[in-house]
Amino acid sequence: MKQKLSRSLFLIPALALLSIFVVYPVVNTLYLSFLSPEGKFVFLSNYADLLTRREIINPRGFARGFAFGALPHNLLWTLIHLPLTVFFGLLLAVILRHVKGGVIIKSVIFLGMVTPMIIGGVLLRFIFDGRAGIVPVVLSIFNVAPRTLTAHPDTALIALILGSVWIWAGFSMVLYSAGLETIPKELYEAAQIDGATPRHIFFKITIPMLKPITTVVVTMTLLWNLRIFDIVYAATMGGPGGATNVLALQMFFYAFRRLEFNSAAVVATILMLLAMVAATPMIRSAWRESR
Amino acid sequence: MNRKTAATLLIHIIAWAIALIWIVPFLGVFMAAIRPMVEIIRGWWHVDPFTPTWRNFIGAWNHATAPLAEGMLNSFRVAIPATIVPILVAAIAAYGFSRFRFPLKNYLFITIVILMTIPQQMVVIPIFRIMKDIGLLDTHFGLILVHTAWGIPWILFFMRNFFTTLPIAVEEAARIDGASDFTIFFQIVLPMSIPALISAVVLQFMWVWNDFFLALILIFSPDKLLATQRIPLLRGLFHVDWGVLAGGTILVMLVPIIIFVLLQRYYIKGMIGWTSK
Repeated sequence: MKQKLSRSLFLIPALALLSIFVVYPVVNTLYLSFLSPEGKFVFLSNYADLLTRREIINPRGFARGFAFGALPHNLLWTLIHLPLTVFFGLLLAVILRHVKGGVIIKSVIFLGMVTPMIIGGVLLRFIFDGRAGIVPVVLSIFNVAPRTLTAHPDTALIALILGSVWIWAGFSMVLYSAGLETIPKELYEAAQIDGATPRHIFFKITIPMLKPITTVVVTMTLLWNLRIFDIVYAATMGGPGGATNVLALQMFFYAFRRLEFNSAAVVATILMLLAMVAATPMIRSAWRESR
Repeated sequence: MNRKTAATLLIHIIAWAIALIWIVPFLGVFMAAIRPMVEIIRGWWHVDPFTPTWRNFIGAWNHATAPLAEGMLNSFRVAIPATIVPILVAAIAAYGFSRFRFPLKNYLFITIVILMTIPQQMVVIPIFRIMKDIGLLDTHFGLILVHTAWGIPWILFFMRNFFTTLPIAVEEAARIDGASDFTIFFQIVLPMSIPALISAVVLQFMWVWNDFFLALILIFSPDKLLATQRIPLLRGLFHVDWGVLAGGTILVMLVPIIIFVLLQRYYIKGMIGWTSK
């Protein structure tokens, strides 16, 4: 009995803090998303209403160009950012093992991960600036008239997405580097003796052996893509004309600018559901491992 | 042999080209920070004239509306307790999860894993209201509480994974000698866990220092704003004052970068251990 009491003391502080500041708020936000602004229970009608709003999904944008709405922007962000992250991370991890000064290059690339994201946003605004930034100048070599890329609807979102690859690539690079260290050397040696080509070795040994790492990289990158907020806040505030708006930012606008708490709760819930879908492999493996 | 040399050369060129692309934005912001506005407004890569100056750093440090000196002090005031407290609380709980048997343990653990994936947007409205009700809105203490709770899931997950790798024999021997659970935890397990604890400290401190969203929601008095909140305020009213903004970003960036350089090994171990185990 005494032991039971003292042992529960190990768990109580953590569980209490989690209950008050995480679990209760999650349940409460979910409940809010089912209420009308007057407090009446309307279940899913807020969701139906929201999904027809122009700032969330803008069907006319698909025909006329940006803005498409926050939800398609997040999807587009993921579609471009995720493959590039996986590609660059793997490429860098593989080639930097054989490069003189590879450790230094790794640290440089990892700087983006260490930097506060709000500063990441400032840096992106800076490199894309029409006068003081370097990217428009480089593009002018290819006869593109220099302009602030983040200030024009047709280029703003793409610029931020590519910039976010620059910020986040260090993450996948570091994970893949660690993963490569765990592949036994004998596997490579045996394959070489059997006369396998480097290409063969890469696709038949390296890639399959890195599969668990790839799962982690993909999951964490998806979660990161859904959470994009600081970068956009600092670089464009969702502009111009909503062209870089994303769900997390729209939630903030609803809740703390327009005081539409129910709409904000709906956006937050959609974000959470998407995050849970993205994290399913991670949750499942943790579940299997804990039993 | 010749082909191999060419391939090695190509790999080096690609690697250093990528490194160059990756360093250029940082180089740019550094050049903008150490030079007067007139020299960089047409591009920081024009190096003639080149007049190094401290003025941008001083301008950001003593900024009229958003002085970074105050902001960095506030950030330390929040980040230090918001690192120590959750690590202590979560490590104790993690030990419970790794060693004790209790009902619903697996379900509780998986709930905590799920909590790791939840976006902050899902909690901020109720948290804002709770803080308002208990009078902690716009206080650093309130923000520390939220960061503490928010850090618990990943630290718990990370520390539990670490504790399960520790040999249990030492603890059992101590138990036979009559040591209590708390004695065993604080005098045997914690000292063995110092490398993992350092990893947790590095990651949690950087997370809190770099956080913008929670601070944005909970802190709004001008004198209480954290460092990250002041960065957007350094932009200038009518045009972007790149010099002061760059100086400010470097000052705020410097803290996590110094920690990373000094404790890189722990940072990377922590990141890998927390995501993949």
